[in-house]
Amino acid sequence: MAVIVDRNTRVIVQGITGSQGQFHTGQMLAFGTNIVGGVNFKKAGSEVHGVPVFATVHEAVEKTGANASVMFVPAPGVKDAAFEAIHAGIKVLVLIPEHVPTQETMEIMAYAKQHGVRVIGPNTFGIISPGEKCKMGIMPNHIYKPGPVGIVARSGTLSYEIAYNLSNAGFGQTTVIGMGGDRVIGTNFVDALELFNADPATEAIVMVGEIGGIQEELAAEYIKEHVRKPVVAYLAGKSAPPGKRMGHAGAIIEGNRGTYQSKVEALTAAGVKVAALPWEIVDLMREALK
Amino acid sequence: MKLYEYLAKQMFAEHGVPTGNGIVCTTPEEAEEAARKIGPCAVKAQVLVGGRGKAGGIKLANTPEEARERAREILGMNLKGYIVDKVLVDPQIKIEKEYYVSITLDGMAKKPLIMASAYGGVEIESVPHDKIVFEHVDIATGLLPFQAREIARKIGLAGDLADQFTKILVGLYKAFRKYDAELVEINPLALTDNGTRLIAADGRFNVEDDALFRHPEFPRVEEGTELEKKVRAIGLAFVQLDGDIAVMANGAGMAMGTLDTLAYYGGRPANFLDAGGGSGVEPTAQAFDALLGTKPKAIFVNIFGGITRCDLVAEAIVQVKKAKGIDVPLVVRMVGTNDVRGREILAEAGIQAYTDMGEAAKAAVEAAYGKGA
Repeated sequence: MAVIVDRNTRVIVQGITGSQGQFHTGQMLAFGTNIVGGVNFKKAGSEVHGVPVFATVHEAVEKTGANASVMFVPAPGVKDAAFEAIHAGIKVLVLIPEHVPTQETMEIMAYAKQHGVRVIGPNTFGIISPGEKCKMGIMPNHIYKPGPVGIVARSGTLSYEIAYNLSNAGFGQTTVIGMGGDRVIGTNFVDALELFNADPATEAIVMVGEIGGIQEELAAEYIKEHVRKPVVAYLAGKSAPPGKRMGHAGAIIEGNRGTYQSKVEALTAAGVKVAALPWEIVDLMREALK
Repeated sequence: MKLYEYLAKQMFAEHGVPTGNGIVCTTPEEAEEAARKIGPCAVKAQVLVGGRGKAGGIKLANTPEEARERAREILGMNLKGYIVDKVLVDPQIKIEKEYYVSITLDGMAKKPLIMASAYGGVEIESVPHDKIVFEHVDIATGLLPFQAREIARKIGLAGDLADQFTKILVGLYKAFRKYDAELVEINPLALTDNGTRLIAADGRFNVEDDALFRHPEFPRVEEGTELEKKVRAIGLAFVQLDGDIAVMANGAGMAMGTLDTLAYYGGRPANFLDAGGGSGVEPTAQAFDALLGTKPKAIFVNIFGGITRCDLVAEAIVQVKKAKGIDVPLVVRMVGTNDVRGREILAEAGIQAYTDMGEAAKAAVEAAYGKGA
């Protein structure tokens, strides 16, 4: 069991012929992902790693029954490609690219909502369900294992570190969701918590958050009300000074909003154990699943 | 990217938002000429730092000669690190009342957010929540005039002034969309001419960096220290901090987590550097070289290889070592994609690499300050 993506997910790759698209298509196939096609208007009829390339998403959906898309097109083309996917009936859309203008992301989200489409990202490492052999993203293949832990993270590499430590300690994952580092994202902590809470295979949840915004605080409220599974968290940015954007568009302390302290307090009050250092997540998980 | 006040006002004016019709000048003589047309004026330094009035960057002038002298004083002035090369000569206006209106991007609602208040002229953060009107805009539909009228009513405007406000807000929203703004703000929106006219007396216009590629019309203004500009020019996210251990990590979250871990063990990080995912040898070497140039007490490199290949990071470090030598203690932690090869490359160059993040962070702190520090 897993959330959002599983062995029945039929994946297309938008931007499959670019260097990133080609490389990660190979990696996703190696992981076992059911990639049924790719899209590039000019290179229709060719193949990438044996995957047929179609001219449009509509064509790919008609010929393969694809229901999910992972996107590698450059940021200026993301809005058009996302609208195309939604229009063609794709139901899960993973937006890998960073630097998508926020107003365009807002337009994508409005259109996706209207059509009941689940969007992950933008500026995300993607989503992976290890036991279902489905990966839509750019994360390294070897650090995940099937198991009972759901992970949801704002940051890629930091979540790799944590997933790797958990896997090595014997705690595999149902699904790992990369929310993305942008201000506007399709799936946030509350959405992910709701899914993991309802997933019978997920026994515990890890949140990897960071400074900036109020997502962690809203997650804390949701956990208090609804979540009865153990939740542990690590938050980055404790030592970050206010007013400095730490790489991600969303990772900035503005006024007294988005501080490390307010997030830790909110989560702790909701019963979430917060690790001071990334690798301490393993001990907290051992405790939680005892 | 923030736009200068004069450009912000130009954008406003182009979209039907009345401004004082000030004139931008680069010499005292131009300022004199401008004041001759405008009359009593304010000479305002065009810089992107807050509090320029208090710092002497805004001065009043009642005659063209005074305007010339005030401009002479302000041009070339160093305002919080920025040299003033332009002034805006703006008419002095008699303000009856100050309003506030802005449009921002609300990340949680995933919609543009309008804020308006009858209590303008101060930072909006200092205005009580119940004195601010909040209104989201459906981005697919756009701002319709009825919403603007409703906001006008809620901030106490009626009749002709409500009509003026509606036109201003609709124009402001058009500019917000057209130029991919992340913030447009009119503060104060001033009631002048004996309470008959609203004008944008001051304003802010921030264009989102990710959309600048389609707005070549704006002059590029880069904020930050010289070092920040240098490293950002390589294409990497970099923030200078006030410590003395230089840090390089891959991924923004990992970079932040690395700073926190160093601080946990008593280290003082000198910077935030996201060396990127999948950067090649050359940018990594350039970034590493830039860190070396800051003469830190130690350098800590923390890599979890996903799309970043550890062997390429190792090559970049060795390249810099061979070219220039590394004369400060260096601690490297490396796991993930091609990590074994990466550690081999480093070992061949006499650099030991760790696999455990905590041990490595402790070693970096000891290397910088000595044992038991």
